[in-house]
Amino acid sequence: MNYLISGGETADGTQQDFLIADGKIVKVGANLAKADAIQIDATGCKILPGLVDLHTHLREPGREDSETVLTGSTAAVVGGYTAISAMANTNPVADTAGVVEQIFRLGQEAGLCDVFPIGAVTQGLNGENLAEIGAMANSAARVRVFSDDGKCVFDPLVMRRALEYVKSFGGVIAQHAQEPRLTLDAQMNEGLISSQLGLKGWPAIAEEAIIARDILLAEHVGSRLHICHLTTAGGVELVRWAKSRGVNVTAEVTPHHLILTDDQVVGYDAVFKVNPPLRTQTDVDALRAGLADGTIDIVATDHAPHPAEDKDCEWQAAAFGMLGLETALSIVVKTMVESNLMSWSQLVERMSTKPAEIAGYSEQGQSLASGSVANLIIVDPSATRTVDRNKMSSKSRNTPYHGMILPAVVTHTFYKGKLVLSPEGVHQE
Amino acid sequence: MKNHLLSINDLSRDEAVAILATAAELGRVSEGGQKKLPTLRGRAVVNLFFEDSTRTRISFESAAKRLSADVINFSAKGSSVSKGESLKDTAQTLQAMGADAVVIRHGASGAAQRLADSGWISASVINAGDGTHEHPTQALLDAFTIGEKFGLATYDFSGLKVGIVGDILHSRVARSNVLLLKKLGASVTLIAPPTLLPVGVEQWGVAVSYDFDAALKNLDVVMMLRIQSERMHDLFFPSAREYSRAYGLDSTRLSTLKPKAIVMHPGPMNRGLEISADSADSLQSVVLAQVTNGVLVRMSVLYHLLAGASNS
Repeated sequence: MNYLISGGETADGTQQDFLIADGKIVKVGANLAKADAIQIDATGCKILPGLVDLHTHLREPGREDSETVLTGSTAAVVGGYTAISAMANTNPVADTAGVVEQIFRLGQEAGLCDVFPIGAVTQGLNGENLAEIGAMANSAARVRVFSDDGKCVFDPLVMRRALEYVKSFGGVIAQHAQEPRLTLDAQMNEGLISSQLGLKGWPAIAEEAIIARDILLAEHVGSRLHICHLTTAGGVELVRWAKSRGVNVTAEVTPHHLILTDDQVVGYDAVFKVNPPLRTQTDVDALRAGLADGTIDIVATDHAPHPAEDKDCEWQAAAFGMLGLETALSIVVKTMVESNLMSWSQLVERMSTKPAEIAGYSEQGQSLASGSVANLIIVDPSATRTVDRNKMSSKSRNTPYHGMILPAVVTHTFYKGKLVLSPEGVHQE
Repeated sequence: MKNHLLSINDLSRDEAVAILATAAELGRVSEGGQKKLPTLRGRAVVNLFFEDSTRTRISFESAAKRLSADVINFSAKGSSVSKGESLKDTAQTLQAMGADAVVIRHGASGAAQRLADSGWISASVINAGDGTHEHPTQALLDAFTIGEKFGLATYDFSGLKVGIVGDILHSRVARSNVLLLKKLGASVTLIAPPTLLPVGVEQWGVAVSYDFDAALKNLDVVMMLRIQSERMHDLFFPSAREYSRAYGLDSTRLSTLKPKAIVMHPGPMNRGLEISADSADSLQSVVLAQVTNGVLVRMSVLYHLLAGASNS
């Protein structure tokens, strides 16, 4: 199928038409015409490379009641993602070549976007014994990113060995920075609100202490470190310092930590329960500034679906996590672009180019040049929509934005030249 | 007044004073020989207790019965709750049974608010202690007792100095008392080792002291908090004896109190740990008055929530 996208503009505002054929962008220019192509009018819209998520919980295998690779892929393309990265904390854990290959194959069967499995750092996320990292790297899934996300690789020796080990194939360790002893039974950010609500506090230091340690470890062994979901002003400072020293560290921030604060916890609605927790406005401001100046390299969703019964309960009993894929772009536009902290080109850098580069996804995050694989999206920046938790493409409904009016609507998603999302809906072959 | 009593924050100063004034009136009626009133006849009050607390449950049960309400006691132990039934299912069951008020005690902070806000139930919800969050009726009965002992019939506590001593970090009693005492004009000092004070306490609008002896001599009210046994092994203080030496109300400290100062404790007391036996049984101790007043205050709360303004 051939497509001609006309009338739209690229991230930097240049008017460009795009001709897509045989899975690739075959022609880019002004006023293109091709009679036998399907015409898409993109007047007033942005044409951007497909977004790339480095942090997605797809729950399959094990918790198919909350999400599957297929439903997660569907949510992804609705949100403008053409590549997502399945975190390893499934059941069984993605700690062997067999499991990562299964997830990779499920992604290909779904066929809506690239699904790249992330491998566990330690066996069963136990924090003690290294998983078969090499076997996962050499498997059909070609795993390059390893993480025990949900749990911190706490033991400094295990972390050191993991950082060293992945050097042989250019891998990266994505750390969930959470000092376990300082966060025993922790429920929310430690501060005024936690003191008033009587919820056990989760101090910023518990995150920052691990970030600082791992920066020093990565520097010492000359390896590559990625910090998952940075949430504190102090963490931003640490990463800024590390980069000034030339340490090979990258960092991500989630959309929800760019917009929500611990004030949301008043009322005890567990939809706002998330790990790491929502912090203060000071932290939000520092995260936005860090993302704008490039200290924080990328936005990653930490899309974490949970069934209703795990959220519709008392705070302490609820699961951690919130949906992200379908709203990420809108939240970044709202917090970063509409506030003039970032340009659309910088948004593309943080949500597509750079995440693909960190993870080594070679066909993703490419410039929209003739010859590139046609992973691209059309975004109407002037359109708005009201988030409705009952109309999510995800199998779960735990979005923290229910009822909010958000800017920027993804109207079309192309994955390898296939139209997988249009205003008519998601198209699965 | 709102439909529920979940936090002292739900009450304006006037509403709090109205509850206390009604409790005083109920006390006078009771002393006049009328122990039981027909006010809530035909109404069902459910005591939903997910945590053991015989004293609080009996106090609420007694309060409801003295207003002629039907009382259903639902305790988590030995019921379906212990088999993994969720708060939601329990709430919906109570709703289906026609509860007019649910008195909930739960180990999780915010459980009472979840019950009230989630649309599972239309009954009035009264928080009888939720985790380490709040215990509003305890604060009300404490304020009632202070008003009674100091002869402050309008509950204007301006100039009154109240010290709350002990495990502030984990205390729902302390949180509710701080809110209510401030509302009523008292000046509050929290006295505890730094490990048992929450991060953020500096923004509560109260004084904080680590030195019990220095703070003690200025106090009109000394409110002692129970030290839970599970805190002993969690690094909050080196040993029970060291805690007791620094923060226990022993006979030496008792003797330095102002003559008219009163000693309070929400119970149950650890005699010999946070309070010595002679302090607990001294003439300055109002512990038993707190228990008596607890019933009156809970009657008043039930009355205000269920009988409503139309009957008053």
